[in-house]
Amino acid sequence: MSGKQIIAIALIIALLVLLALLPMVIKAEYSINLAVLVLLYLGLAASWNILGGYTGQTSLGHAAFFGLGSLTTRLLWLNAGWPFFPSLLAGCGAAVALALLIGWPAFKLRGVYFAIGTLALAQVGNATVANLWPAISSLPAEYLATYQLAPRYYLFLVVAVLTVATAYFLVRSRLGLGMMAVREEEEAAESLGISAFRHKLLALVVSAFFAGLTGGAFAFHFTAYYPQFPFAPTWTFDAMMMAYIGGVGTIVGPIIGALFFVVTRELLVLTLQGVQFVVLGIEVSLEDLHLTVFGLLFILVVLFLPGGFVEAWGKIRPVFERRTKVKEVSLAS
Amino acid sequence: MPTLVAQNLAFGILMGGLYGLAAVGLSLVFGVTKFLNVAHGELLMLGGYASFWIFTLRGVDPFLSLPAIAVLLVLIGLILYTLLFSRMVKLPEADKIKNTLLVGFGVSLILQNLALLFFTADDRGITTSYAGKAFTLLGVRFPIVRVASLAIALVCLVALHFFLRRTYTGKAIRATVEDWEAATVMGINIQQVYLLAFVISAGMAGMAGALVAVCQSIVPTMGLDWTLIALVVMVLGGLGNILGTFVGGIALGVTHALTNIWPGGEYREIVALLLFLVVLVSRALGLFGSKEG
Repeated sequence: MSGKQIIAIALIIALLVLLALLPMVIKAEYSINLAVLVLLYLGLAASWNILGGYTGQTSLGHAAFFGLGSLTTRLLWLNAGWPFFPSLLAGCGAAVALALLIGWPAFKLRGVYFAIGTLALAQVGNATVANLWPAISSLPAEYLATYQLAPRYYLFLVVAVLTVATAYFLVRSRLGLGMMAVREEEEAAESLGISAFRHKLLALVVSAFFAGLTGGAFAFHFTAYYPQFPFAPTWTFDAMMMAYIGGVGTIVGPIIGALFFVVTRELLVLTLQGVQFVVLGIEVSLEDLHLTVFGLLFILVVLFLPGGFVEAWGKIRPVFERRTKVKEVSLAS
Repeated sequence: MPTLVAQNLAFGILMGGLYGLAAVGLSLVFGVTKFLNVAHGELLMLGGYASFWIFTLRGVDPFLSLPAIAVLLVLIGLILYTLLFSRMVKLPEADKIKNTLLVGFGVSLILQNLALLFFTADDRGITTSYAGKAFTLLGVRFPIVRVASLAIALVCLVALHFFLRRTYTGKAIRATVEDWEAATVMGINIQQVYLLAFVISAGMAGMAGALVAVCQSIVPTMGLDWTLIALVVMVLGGLGNILGTFVGGIALGVTHALTNIWPGGEYREIVALLLFLVVLVSRALGLFGSKEG
């Protein structure tokens, strides 16, 4: 193991310890909730990235797996009276089952057809859930009385760490290399004996599992929401935007993307709160401007910086490194 | 009961023309440039709001302002194409399809968000003095604004059909659909053809949006639903087939009408999307028609 690797592992352990200690250091609910949001979006973006980033299948149906995980967990936990953890596992199971069910027909579709097919599928789920469970789902009073934020935070932390760690080890395995080969050139991969279908299906199943897991954590955390809400297409688009802005097809990309997304949104909401101006007699409040900002940033990344922040850092880093090297040389001479 | 079915079918056909008009632009751009403009529904939304504000602030009849809406949307299309989509034309096929899809999503997000800021989340509709007028034929009610909308949609589609069939520019567009490399060799300027297809598409979407504001209502978040409607119609009608798109629109309108009778209006979207998925997957499997997936 090289010195650099040891430093990296030490840094990761230190970061995890810090994250584990966070609820003990910071007592403000606002800050913990913000951290929960970062972890929630991280789970979503990192799970999308396994299929959309590493395997190159731009799925627009991610919300279906997130929603199904949340719906199954919530129904079993609150309505059927199951303990929470079996419900959570059942939620993941439901998401995986859906992935296996749609995998074969979905991967008969390629490129843009896959994208719109998965989008249509997610909208079918969205509308169906809205029809079948129209009432808001609230935590019963006895749960509300004992509601604590810390266990929710830890659940999200475990989910996010598991998602990122799985992605990390997966893409370094033979299977992960196969997934990336399929992304680069499907025909070439097939000619080397890599089954494009099996690798895509594997990526879809793993991606769905972690989307479902994140959905289950969502069901545990939020006290009241419409069952349809986690099926909304925004969850897919947000995950995709975060992965792209951070760096699609990288491990740190979704982490940076999720952190950037939540922090920027919060800052924009706070600074623009109450800011209003009048155009053509219409009162315009700028409070919700963040989606325009992210949309613009997303377009700029796709057009000019396909690797997102990770690529930008890769371009800037040599400038710093050259400077330090020049210094070392001058010291040596 | 027979009157109920006939009434629903009539409404379905009247709406179907509008669906066809909403889809024809998407189909044209997809056929010509091979990229899918997922912000198509947002262009419809902009057309709807333009018509609504012209009617509310200036009192101009929504049917009279249609040409102005078309021109406005052509300009918006021109800006979107030159600023964004023209950059991706030269990319390799797979990258082009993917990147235009992503950029389209960015555009739809921005337009929807700005519309929410400027126009608020309220439902809006244009209620003209003649909005409630209708004539009855064999016990079936035909509201005149819907009949007029169907007629306008039909005129637009037929005009586009003849433009593509009979004029030199139209033939250049069709040549590009067939084989863009051969078209380039024949001296056709591909960028111009792409731009033209894009702005025609935007103009048609704008008019469709204005008619939606008259016949139904508009909200800033309507874009995704209409993009999906346009996609369903495009796939039902066959790609790049203008008159087929009209038939596809009517087919979707009738499907909606039948779902209204059973299992109920709230399942309309689900039935249409499932139909879409079945057609999409069976095309990809080569069950009927050419293999396009």
